[in-house]
Amino acid sequence: MRKKEWIAMLLAGGQGSRLYSLTKNLAKPAVPFGGKYRIIDFPLSNCVNSGIDTVGVLTQYQPLVLNEYIGSGQPWDLDRQEGGVFVLPPYQKSSGSDWYTGTANAIYQNLPFIERYDPEYVLILSGDHIYKMDYEKMLKFHKEKEADCTIAVLQVPMEEASRFGIMNAYDDGQIYEFEEKPANPKSNLASMGIYIFSWNKLREYLEKDAKTPGSANDFGKNIIPNMLAAHERMYAYAFDGYWKDVGTIDSLWEANMDLLDPKVPLSLYDPEWKIYARNPALPPHYIAPGAVVQNSMITEGCVIEGTVDFSVIFAGVTIEEGAVVRDSIIMPGSVVKKGAVVDYTIVAEQAVIGENAVIGARPEKMENISEWGVTVIGNGVTIGAGVNIAPKSMVETDITAEEVQGK
Amino acid sequence: MIKRTAMGIIFSNMHDNHLGSLTRGRTTGSVPFGGRYRLVDFVLSSMVNSGVREVGVIAKSNYQTLMEHLGSGREWDLARKLGGLTVLPPYSSGDNQGIYAGRLDALAGVSSYIQNGRAEYVILADCDLIANLDFQKMIAFHEEKGAEITLAYRREKIRREGNENISVFEVGSDGRVGQVWLSPQAEEEQNAYLNVAVMKRELLEKIVEDARSRNKRSFTKDILVEKSDSMRIYAYEIENCVMRINSLQDYFDASMALLQPQVRQELFPSNRPILTRVRDQVPAKYGLGAAVKNSLVADGCIIEGAVENSIIFRGAKIGRGAVIRNSIVMAGSVIGDGARLEYVVADRETTIRDTRTLVGYKTYPLFIEKKSVI
Repeated sequence: MRKKEWIAMLLAGGQGSRLYSLTKNLAKPAVPFGGKYRIIDFPLSNCVNSGIDTVGVLTQYQPLVLNEYIGSGQPWDLDRQEGGVFVLPPYQKSSGSDWYTGTANAIYQNLPFIERYDPEYVLILSGDHIYKMDYEKMLKFHKEKEADCTIAVLQVPMEEASRFGIMNAYDDGQIYEFEEKPANPKSNLASMGIYIFSWNKLREYLEKDAKTPGSANDFGKNIIPNMLAAHERMYAYAFDGYWKDVGTIDSLWEANMDLLDPKVPLSLYDPEWKIYARNPALPPHYIAPGAVVQNSMITEGCVIEGTVDFSVIFAGVTIEEGAVVRDSIIMPGSVVKKGAVVDYTIVAEQAVIGENAVIGARPEKMENISEWGVTVIGNGVTIGAGVNIAPKSMVETDITAEEVQGK
Repeated sequence: MIKRTAMGIIFSNMHDNHLGSLTRGRTTGSVPFGGRYRLVDFVLSSMVNSGVREVGVIAKSNYQTLMEHLGSGREWDLARKLGGLTVLPPYSSGDNQGIYAGRLDALAGVSSYIQNGRAEYVILADCDLIANLDFQKMIAFHEEKGAEITLAYRREKIRREGNENISVFEVGSDGRVGQVWLSPQAEEEQNAYLNVAVMKRELLEKIVEDARSRNKRSFTKDILVEKSDSMRIYAYEIENCVMRINSLQDYFDASMALLQPQVRQELFPSNRPILTRVRDQVPAKYGLGAAVKNSLVADGCIIEGAVENSIIFRGAKIGRGAVIRNSIVMAGSVIGDGARLEYVVADRETTIRDTRTLVGYKTYPLFIEKKSVI
């Protein structure tokens, strides 16, 4: 195997429990996003566009959809003669077998994979952020600073800084302190969960960490603090583009809506920085004579007969006559039947919203705004005709009109 | 039904001379159609969906866009170690002059490709059909009749205008082809040959070899007309949706037919998809003020104006206040703010500047050439 300058390791094992029913049968990075993508398309496309040709994807929670989706890596141009994309689940070794116990442990268990390429640098990514970033610029910065570890950071509003891992750094970017969700933040440089390590250093700390009893085997909790404590050269690389953690229902909804806002600096139209995805073979979408579609994104295979406003409609969705979908996200293959009204809702894949059903509500219509929130209809769920689903609900099983009447 | 192995031979340049500016600089096979396809996609996907695993696409001229589109054949699952997709450009050796004159001549040019095929049957087809065909059914019919050659046809009202490459034939009660006529004069419903034929690969080899030694060049003239008595030639009727693109008007009408739900259902069933090259474009975006009715819109479009009874291809932009009616806007075209298009076919990457008005007529749509700026 030829030596590679750098490779990427993408942490995709998280359950994403704060996405509730959306990740019941699906790892978080496989959650559909932006009309035709899945979350993982963003870091994978960033890798390819940054010139990285070898990516290990570490999976352990519900990997089926993700495995199938990644396949040979061809949609991202990652089907390579040497390198390419590899799905790396935990595996059995002669010394026993373990699940990945933490982010650092996942990388540690795959030391042999990384060693095959003998890289100078390893880029560590997570599979739950939406952003476009040229990692090559970050690598250049890492080399210029002769850093051992470079952490991408984003300036967040000071009042929100206590929700993030905060890097306190000198003017030249050298980090002197790391605080996880500080009550009184000293800076607003939030870690984006994107790290470049010089491989020799990282291997040293991974091996040390693996021998430390009681360690959480986590980058944020163990590796980064340990390296800081040992005065390794750690630098903060400032990123100023769009970046969003889509780990919660609200943030996932917001990030989708951001795509509809021309003021949000995340353009997916840049031909030089395409976001790649596995494409279904469907005809263009059809907008019927009675339809009203504005301020929305719609992709192939859809049939729209109703009204769609401020919504993101994924492949193969049908919205029947008289149905109204506003401020919502309808994932692949779902059907919104005649006369149904869907407001501020995420409808997962292959769900059916029955005729005249009312899903979610508009915040301005609420008497008590604290009862309002984004509604979620889970994968494959069928909502019966005329059923009313309250805002903020998470529906994981079918609900028929009879059941509602019986209550 | 026993699945038979078949290889496909597609003629990509037949009918080039009937499609005016659409085939200036491209083959019939690479004419864009239906928002995201090219004509070759329909016959090629039909073959793939019928279990065909080796397809040769015969190219004659202007085939750069075709090669680009087909690439390695990956999107059709035809990037294979054995078989798969092969583009067969003109090839001159010995008595073969490179550019062919008829189908038999073209087949003679690729005879070694046919000989090296592994399939039992060969399907010959052009790129002028918009259809989702099941060739396994056609082969089953062929075997049931004990035919030597089976021709696909449909009932079609023949127009005298533009009939020069249409052949019609009599079909006996048992399905056997009787007399064959070229360029029929009678303007009535007849059995129109769709230029889709099935036969054993060995037989095709023999026909091609024989034609070469006798300097016969045309499959219809020299085989079908000549041999309908002596060979067992049968006719297989295609009853589901088939649209033939034999003129610019046909192109316009077939495009508009896609707006009918039953046509789309027949052409794009989920278990027999029409496959095409992936362009990795963003979903179409509709702005405030977009008003779209009865139209097909592909990915990558930005729609800020009014669109009615139209087909908008991948990556086209429709400006604010623009009004597009009964028109076809191909990939990458930009229609400026306040522009008005009616019965217009704007080829790829055209620019219609702000407030321009272009109006054709239903029976005379206005074709704008690729990359024009108006």
